[in-house]
Amino acid sequence: MLTERIHTSKYSFFDKLLSIDYFLIFIVIVIGAISVFAIHSTEGGEFSYYTKNHLIRLVAFFIMFLFLSFVKITFWYRNAYAFYLFCLFLLILVLLFGITASGSQRWISLYFLNLQPSELMKIAIIVCFARYYHRIQSVDIQSYRFLLIPIILIIIPCYLVISQPDLGTSILIAGSGIFVIWVAGLNIKYFVYSALLLLVSFPFVVSILKPYQKSRILTFFNPDRDPLGAGYQIIQSKIAIGSGGFFGKGYLKGTQSYLEFLPEKHTDFIFTLFSEEFGFLGSIILMLLYILLISRVISIGFSVRSFFAKLYCFGFASAIFLYVFVNIAMVLGLLPIVGAPLPIMSYGGSSMLSIMLGLSIVMSCKIYSQDQISNY
Amino acid sequence: MQTRAGNAQKGRIISRRLFILATAKILLFAGITSRLYNLQISDREKYEILSDKNRIREWKTPPQRGLITDYYNKILADNDRVFQVHLTLDEIKDFDETIFRLKNIINLSNNEIGTIYKKKKKLKPWDTLVVSDNINWNEFSKLNLYLHELEGVKPVVSSSRYYPYGSDLVHVVGYVGEASLKDIERMEAIKENLVPGLKVGKSGIEYSNEKILIGKYGIKRYEVNSSGKRISQLEHIKESQGIEIKTTIDLEVQKFAQELIKDQAGSVCAMDIYTGEIITMASSPTYDPNKFTHGIGHKDWGEIRDNPLKPLVNKSVAGLYSPGSTLKPLVALAALEFGTIDPQRAIQCKGHKHPYELYGVKYHCWKKNGHGYMKLRNAIKQSCDIYFYETARLLGVDKLSIIAKRYGLGSNILKDIYFDEKKGVVPNTQWKKNAIGKSWYLGETVINGIGQGYIQTTPLQLCLMTAQIANGGYKIKPHIIHDKNINFENTKLKIAKQFNSESLLDISATKNDYLEEKEFQLYERLYKDSKNINFVKDAMFGSTNEQYGTSYKSSYKDLKYQFAGKTGTSQVKRITEAERKLDLKQSQIEYKNRDHALYIAFAPYKNPRYSISVLIEHGGSGSKAAAPIASKLIKKIIDRHKIREQIRKANLTLA
Repeated sequence: MLTERIHTSKYSFFDKLLSIDYFLIFIVIVIGAISVFAIHSTEGGEFSYYTKNHLIRLVAFFIMFLFLSFVKITFWYRNAYAFYLFCLFLLILVLLFGITASGSQRWISLYFLNLQPSELMKIAIIVCFARYYHRIQSVDIQSYRFLLIPIILIIIPCYLVISQPDLGTSILIAGSGIFVIWVAGLNIKYFVYSALLLLVSFPFVVSILKPYQKSRILTFFNPDRDPLGAGYQIIQSKIAIGSGGFFGKGYLKGTQSYLEFLPEKHTDFIFTLFSEEFGFLGSIILMLLYILLISRVISIGFSVRSFFAKLYCFGFASAIFLYVFVNIAMVLGLLPIVGAPLPIMSYGGSSMLSIMLGLSIVMSCKIYSQDQISNY
Repeated sequence: MQTRAGNAQKGRIISRRLFILATAKILLFAGITSRLYNLQISDREKYEILSDKNRIREWKTPPQRGLITDYYNKILADNDRVFQVHLTLDEIKDFDETIFRLKNIINLSNNEIGTIYKKKKKLKPWDTLVVSDNINWNEFSKLNLYLHELEGVKPVVSSSRYYPYGSDLVHVVGYVGEASLKDIERMEAIKENLVPGLKVGKSGIEYSNEKILIGKYGIKRYEVNSSGKRISQLEHIKESQGIEIKTTIDLEVQKFAQELIKDQAGSVCAMDIYTGEIITMASSPTYDPNKFTHGIGHKDWGEIRDNPLKPLVNKSVAGLYSPGSTLKPLVALAALEFGTIDPQRAIQCKGHKHPYELYGVKYHCWKKNGHGYMKLRNAIKQSCDIYFYETARLLGVDKLSIIAKRYGLGSNILKDIYFDEKKGVVPNTQWKKNAIGKSWYLGETVINGIGQGYIQTTPLQLCLMTAQIANGGYKIKPHIIHDKNINFENTKLKIAKQFNSESLLDISATKNDYLEEKEFQLYERLYKDSKNINFVKDAMFGSTNEQYGTSYKSSYKDLKYQFAGKTGTSQVKRITEAERKLDLKQSQIEYKNRDHALYIAFAPYKNPRYSISVLIEHGGSGSKAAAPIASKLIKKIIDRHKIREQIRKANLTLA
């Protein structure tokens, strides 16, 4: 049986501490610190509700990240499918008993946090696919039999999330899954075909979207279509970023956000606020930090031995890239507004939880990097 | 079975795929960077402007209107503190409810509420709506009491035009009202200063001197949030007041004059015969300009509009009347200047039984029994029509029109101030050809001689005519806005200089015979021979101060007040033979068919300083209806003379 083929090494606690990736932790702390200041600024420099909550969550989930880092990578391997099924179960639960806010049913109320299972699914799908492709040989990957299952595994959660409705997260879930499939080595032609298929079916897809989603996409192509309605966010966001200039307006001096021209400034549009106040320079530095984070995760992926860990690290790194890219491109008006948070920076417990969880698995890969998992 | 080689191959595939992915990521990040560069560096300025537009909003505060004063610096048009109710629309949650609550506090009529809703439709959601721009103190304090329950309602203390002497000066000063589209198009200054509820001049000095009076708006710059709510005030540039305008009017005389003609339709004008300063320019009936400031009510407007005596017409400048016998001094002067009549020639006036006849048409004297034999002086004094029919016939209408125009008839005097001023008509043969397209009849010349027919004058023109006769025949410039460059001493000096130099010169030696039609310079002599002017002045003296003079009853024996004048009774309607036989009294005739009563005079006779004209529409005879008013007014003006001189001299030393 599979479980018997796992060869775990014995690590002393000291070994574990040594192999912790301190650089990764450092980057997370830096981005985390920046995020606290950014959220602080959304409240006009007052230390109140959002800042306090954000700080508490950041610290709590950061500690969780450190603790979970010591969970053996084999644990994640063993429970990959269970994790996926658990998240799927939560998504169904949301569909039935979820909390509705601003028109969409996304959350399950826990005592300390409104959990958004779709955020967890973003990680679960990577873990699940990493395990799936861990076993499959390169030759088999191309066969339809093995391709069908991942497609179903993507479609089910995506469908559930879209029906909440939450287009952004479902794109991120699908994207994360596809990245793993890509890295695992599925023939490029499939990607080309499905991309073409997507292009062709685009008008059809648009027609089945909810009116507000449709309007967002149409507005993306022409923000002036409805400058006070759906186009308002893009226009105001561009004004805020553009008026920031090279050095920005200065901390707590972003007039666009201070005067409430920016919608959802502490969640999806946090980058806009940051960019208005810290300008081009600050934005580039923040992006560099994300690039460092991503490349660090990739380099961890290179250092681990098992395919599961490799696939996971590469998949997760690509997912972070996807989150960052979608969010920033969105606020810059390069992509339609779909509702995708900026990792760590954005206010929101579930997204923070999923990022920290994802990072802890990366760390676990690093700590238990010498563990072999047989793929026989 | 997975082989070792297979595993190695899988590892290679994964690495290669990752490499491709990483390249894609770098490209995408580069794309984002270039977009950031675009927004924040290339297009920065554009977005900065947009951002400022977003956050800064300006509110204009209304300019302060300049004051208008009389000659003694008494304020005729003031700015009063008023209490207003403004609504900040974006702060109001339920507009209907707010209006309903307001209605109970400040007593809004349904009509007013209708207007408010109409106004609201035109406004932007962050604009301010002026619910009421003049509520009383009681309402204002009551409103303040309930203020905490009324979100978005703002009690505002503002300033607005107030005319302390209301109806007494409306025909001089004019009135203000809310700026209309027409006003905005009329003047750049109004457009520039436009704020909700801006009041601008609608008539009189207020209208014509808008540019000077309007002042300059203030600016309040606020930082606002996305819903337009004011966050903080960035700047406040205070509004400035318009320039004060000093008129030449004497408030006391004006009030007195208005009182004299109170219940009649008519006009009273008085001016300084040397400086041309208009001392009073009353017109009756009148109306209260204060009612217009905050939008006149339907009922009040209806009353003013429908009044048959036409209060809205400024009769002094916009009322046209046949001058009647008040033209006789001028006809006499023209005949003397052109030498068409010998003042010693006697003409017999035989009464209604034997009227003056020309080509079979009969022309009657007003006096039923006739004046008997008259010479020119007596004919003026007793206002004999027969004498002037003959004088006019001998003179001819073209010669008369030259002199009439010269002395101020038939042209605008204060057009630049009173846009409604009328020019009147001084007819001649050419004029009739142009205006009516027919040739002139001698009969028309004959009736012109007694100021009837085509000739039309305004009371102010008659006043100017009298002034230019009284000052010895020199051109003056009537004005109602004080001009410190024109003063009595200078004027006198200029006139005296001309007079002295002319006595040295033999007129016949110069080419200028002073009889042709031409433009005259200010203070230039208008006469050919000063003897003729003096003759006319003396005849007017007789008319007032000698027995059988037409205004003898209104004369003063006191030299201080003694004046010379000429009555006038102008027919509104041709008198038929039947009517002439009936010989009705004026009171028996229907109001609108009664004669206009006129009077012109200058005073004091010995050393003239003021000229006046009085007109009472349908007042009957000039001697009964107009002369007594003139007499009272002259006394008032002369009583005030000393004070006026003091002020004038004080101004002089100040200047």
